[in-house]
Amino acid sequence: MKLIDIAALLIFFTALISASLVLGKYMMKVFSGSKTFMTPVIHPIERLIYKVCSIDESSEMTWKSYAFGFILFNIAGIILLTAIQVAQGYLPLNPQKLPGVKWDSALNTAISFVTNTNWQGYSGEMTMSYFTQMTGLTVQNFVSAGIGMAAGLALIRGFTRKESATVGNIWVDMIRSILYVLIPLSIITAVILMSQGVIQNFHSYVTAETLEGGKQILPMGPAASQIAIKQLGTNGGGFFNVNSAHPFENPTFISNLVENFSILLIPCAFVFMFGYMLNNRKQGQTIFITMTLLFAIGLSLVLWSDYRINPLYENAGITNVQNMEGKETRFGMFWSSVWSESTTVTSNGSVNSMHDSYMPLAGMVQMFNMGIGEVIYGGAGVGLIGFLFYVILAMFVAGLMIGRTPEFMGKKFGPYEMGMSLVALLLPMCTAVILASIAVSIQPGLSSLNNPSAHGLSEILYAYFSAVGNNGSAFAGLNANTLFYNSTLSIALLAGRFATVLPAIAIAGSLAQKKIVPDSAATFPTRGILFVAVVAGVIIIMGALTFFPVFALGPVLEHLFVQQSLSF
Amino acid sequence: MNLLRSEFILPSLKESVKKLNPFTLCKNPVMFVVEIGSVITTVVTLRNFFSGESVFLPLQVSIWLWATVIFANFAESLAEIKGKARAESLRSTKNLLIATRISESGKEEQVNAALLKKGDIIVVHEGDTIPGDGDIIQGTGLIDESAITGESAPVIRESGGDRCGVTGGTKLLSGNIKIRIAVNQGESFLDSMIKMVEGAKRQKSPNEAAMDILIIALTILFLIVVVTLPAFAKYMGLSISITVLVSLLVCLMPTTIGGLLPAIGIAGMDRVLQHNVIAMSGRAIEAAGDVNIVLLDKTGTITLGNRMASEFIPADGVDMKLLIEDAMYSSLADETPEGRSIVILAKKELGIHGGDIRQPEDSAFIPFTPETAMSGIDMQGKKIRKGSLQAIEELLKKNNLVIPDKIYTAVDQVSMAGDTPLVVVSDNVVLGVVRLKDIVKSGIAARIAQLRNIGIKSVMITGDTHLTAASIAAEAGLDDFIAQAKPETKLTLIRKYQNLGNLVAMIGDGTNDAPALAQADVAVAMNAGTQAAREAANMIDLDSSPTKLLDIVEIGKEILITRGALTTFSIANDVAKYFAIIPAIFAVKYPALGVLNIMRLESAESAVLSAVIFNALVIPALIPVALRGVKYSVTSVSALLRRNLLIYGFGGIILPFIGIKLIDMLIKVV
Repeated sequence: MKLIDIAALLIFFTALISASLVLGKYMMKVFSGSKTFMTPVIHPIERLIYKVCSIDESSEMTWKSYAFGFILFNIAGIILLTAIQVAQGYLPLNPQKLPGVKWDSALNTAISFVTNTNWQGYSGEMTMSYFTQMTGLTVQNFVSAGIGMAAGLALIRGFTRKESATVGNIWVDMIRSILYVLIPLSIITAVILMSQGVIQNFHSYVTAETLEGGKQILPMGPAASQIAIKQLGTNGGGFFNVNSAHPFENPTFISNLVENFSILLIPCAFVFMFGYMLNNRKQGQTIFITMTLLFAIGLSLVLWSDYRINPLYENAGITNVQNMEGKETRFGMFWSSVWSESTTVTSNGSVNSMHDSYMPLAGMVQMFNMGIGEVIYGGAGVGLIGFLFYVILAMFVAGLMIGRTPEFMGKKFGPYEMGMSLVALLLPMCTAVILASIAVSIQPGLSSLNNPSAHGLSEILYAYFSAVGNNGSAFAGLNANTLFYNSTLSIALLAGRFATVLPAIAIAGSLAQKKIVPDSAATFPTRGILFVAVVAGVIIIMGALTFFPVFALGPVLEHLFVQQSLSF
Repeated sequence: MNLLRSEFILPSLKESVKKLNPFTLCKNPVMFVVEIGSVITTVVTLRNFFSGESVFLPLQVSIWLWATVIFANFAESLAEIKGKARAESLRSTKNLLIATRISESGKEEQVNAALLKKGDIIVVHEGDTIPGDGDIIQGTGLIDESAITGESAPVIRESGGDRCGVTGGTKLLSGNIKIRIAVNQGESFLDSMIKMVEGAKRQKSPNEAAMDILIIALTILFLIVVVTLPAFAKYMGLSISITVLVSLLVCLMPTTIGGLLPAIGIAGMDRVLQHNVIAMSGRAIEAAGDVNIVLLDKTGTITLGNRMASEFIPADGVDMKLLIEDAMYSSLADETPEGRSIVILAKKELGIHGGDIRQPEDSAFIPFTPETAMSGIDMQGKKIRKGSLQAIEELLKKNNLVIPDKIYTAVDQVSMAGDTPLVVVSDNVVLGVVRLKDIVKSGIAARIAQLRNIGIKSVMITGDTHLTAASIAAEAGLDDFIAQAKPETKLTLIRKYQNLGNLVAMIGDGTNDAPALAQADVAVAMNAGTQAAREAANMIDLDSSPTKLLDIVEIGKEILITRGALTTFSIANDVAKYFAIIPAIFAVKYPALGVLNIMRLESAESAVLSAVIFNALVIPALIPVALRGVKYSVTSVSALLRRNLLIYGFGGIILPFIGIKLIDMLIKVV
């Protein structure tokens, strides 16, 4: 690890924070319906969409209609996307003449894209036609991120409103997040990426002759546009199978920085936006600091684990090597690790290095990030939701310990909020653990494994944590495109999405109806170091208590094997 | 804690064995799961015994799991037992009551108190026990309320006004009174008190319900963690015995808080009772911990209730001595507290003691009437009058006289200071002004400062003028005041505060307080107050001490803090238990995982057993904390949280490491 890397990371974060602050303020204006500099350009389009879809911009929804809208939109998306894939052989823009996708894989992919996960059990360039990529997958990249942001907005309004029966309009929220935030940012990012050499065309695949005289097929396609939104919308689904490790997706060090930046941008901006919307900038900052602290702890552990010399190498007489297996030399150890931490804390899931090849403890951190529900920055909109569930839990315990009915931002929490938060936090965690325990017990689960013992366990665990976290990255050693994995992972995907968002909207409805209790000397100060410590502590302890046994058997045991130079 | 005496412990132990009944235990889900676990390990013990396998671990674990349930039951029984004893004695009081009812025809008849209905008129004679709750409609009585309040000093209750309420079960020491019964059978104060102390009516407060949800959710989480563990273990090629799995589950579940939770609530109610406050529900006590505004009546709460003369200001050319003497004479027969205070001050100023001054012969006292707004005396040919400025102005006007400018100035000065001026005239000559001062109760300013420290704003309500109110408010250190308030002002004010999101507490005693009491989130009625006020309130202060609210707030907070602290402790304990049990399970097959055994526990068996024993013993060890409550200290919120996090969070992580290690060493010795 060089000093210059750390300095560069600090600059990276400074730039990220500055951009997030600006974007956060802009988003606050957009979602509260105020005028911004983009309004003259976009508002006509926005109005047209409302007119076509007969949406009343000014009408508001109760939490129940909001939740119903969310469910409806997701189900419709799943059906449509499955249909496009199955029928792609008869549809245009298919120069490779790719056949229709098999139903279980199609359904799994549909669910995965609709839930903003982009788990890909298939290899993108070998399976999906341009038509499917563009009208199906790319559209979902936008709308699944947009509706996730809408869900986050509903919960924020639960805190900002008082004695209100409504929590906003899900269609307006979604359309605004797409038109005002995702599309403009995607265009900027895509242009920058193309300048770095990311491809953007509709050519059929190119056959090249290699130096050795062999033949290689080079897939083509409109990559830049899809990559921009896959990063910005915390989607993560690659255009190519190896995702952002592919030179056409992520050709240079600069493109790597830009993509990594865009992974974190909207989740961070959302946190600051929360502060602006509460009229309490400091609260947004405090939450951001808490998340950054957890990010830093995770990243440190990943770096520590991967910079150590692998005893297996050492015994073989090889010294002075890093664990570069699965990593691209143009990004190096440091920036591959930063990316792996970024992509697992947010629900992005795109990779520029192969997580399967990290040292075991680094893999554990990646799994932990996803297992706790992707709340460190997290997915677009839904990351803050997950974090606020932990805040509710933390404020419950802390509130009691100062002798107050638990509250946050002047909203008191009762059994209802407690119950909903716990469902949202525990249901995905439990789903992952239960499904993984089934997978390690039966033949269809085990036959997909390429690695035995502790590492095999990690691969299966990673798959389910990735699914419930709606992350979409994978330990590549597992062949997940089987009926068993397609179906159980789909269950995990749905649990991760709906068990997070629906309780959040329900809590939003309940909180919006409540009054806002004014702060007094007896109120717990939620803008200080104590808040950071309590919330970070609750997140770490909850995760640790849930995952201790499986992590002991998986990554920890593998780590110990490596230390003893044991291999399989 | 005087509860830890053998007379309480033995019956509590008996009760805790009775509570093993699964049908009653299922109300406490955590302990119910532990009981199921105990049954499972007991069956395993028996199976192993007959199959010849080792019974050491299952037997030991079974014993300690049963002990865990019994310890938890014991905590609850111990908390309940005092209330039960008190309920028993109250019930015996109630059963013996006989009432003398006046029938419609006007005849007196003896009936059992249980047959009294709302609206019945009863007569109580000297020495009788009052058979039911109601208001005195005729007569004055000296009443011993010790049966209810434990306070031996008798109190006076009289018809009319705000001191007319009597409670069934109290004793009339002297006087004969007529009472209109105000409540039906089963709703009386005695009844609700019995129900309250018995815990039969105890509803769960929202915080308690949320806590239950948290505990149940954690139980389910750990149930899933433990149930899925054999699958992962099997994949890794090892098997885990049922006994160890049950042990792991019980250790991870929040048994500490689950076992102590009922005791915390019951003990909290009991502590409120020890402060001589009857709370109608636990909900109200916990709400008290959240109150951020308290409405206080001026009279009787902040001030002594009566104005006292504090200064004589003579008019130009009038001898001070003449003013003092005449003011004194005019007040000699005046029985109002103001009148008496003038006499006292005058005697002090003149340097006379005792009974040297007597009402002169051939004098006639002119009492105060609302029409004249004056009182005074006709003596030795002089007509001395004292009254408000307006009243004296009227009097002089009749004789075409005016009040000198100096008096106006003096009156203004007195009013500006928030005091009340009385003008004294003798034969239409203005002698001067008497300053009547509202006396703020000693210690009230400190109490109000304390309230502010814990984040509660105090607001005074008074019918006085703005100036008077402002002066009192400043002297007592109040945050705000409402002057010239009408009875309905209280209600609108509470609503206003509540709409702003505040939780409002109010202390009241009068009938006109009842609507406001009913609206307030925490309403404390004085026991001496009217029946209407007591019914509208959700707490009754038996000592009728207006600053009792502070104690209630503290207890409310202590209940919450105790719950939060023990939950944190319970969850924090899990870390150490994992480090004890997980390596014990896995290191058999994978010795490398022995590094997780950071406590260096002796063997797998003793590690599991030590964790289970620690888990069981921590419950009785924390019973005193649960019953006494974690102390609430008036410091900053952050300091309080830091302290509790340090003790119960950090301590909760560290302590079990030490405890489990010690138990492990003991097991090794045995």
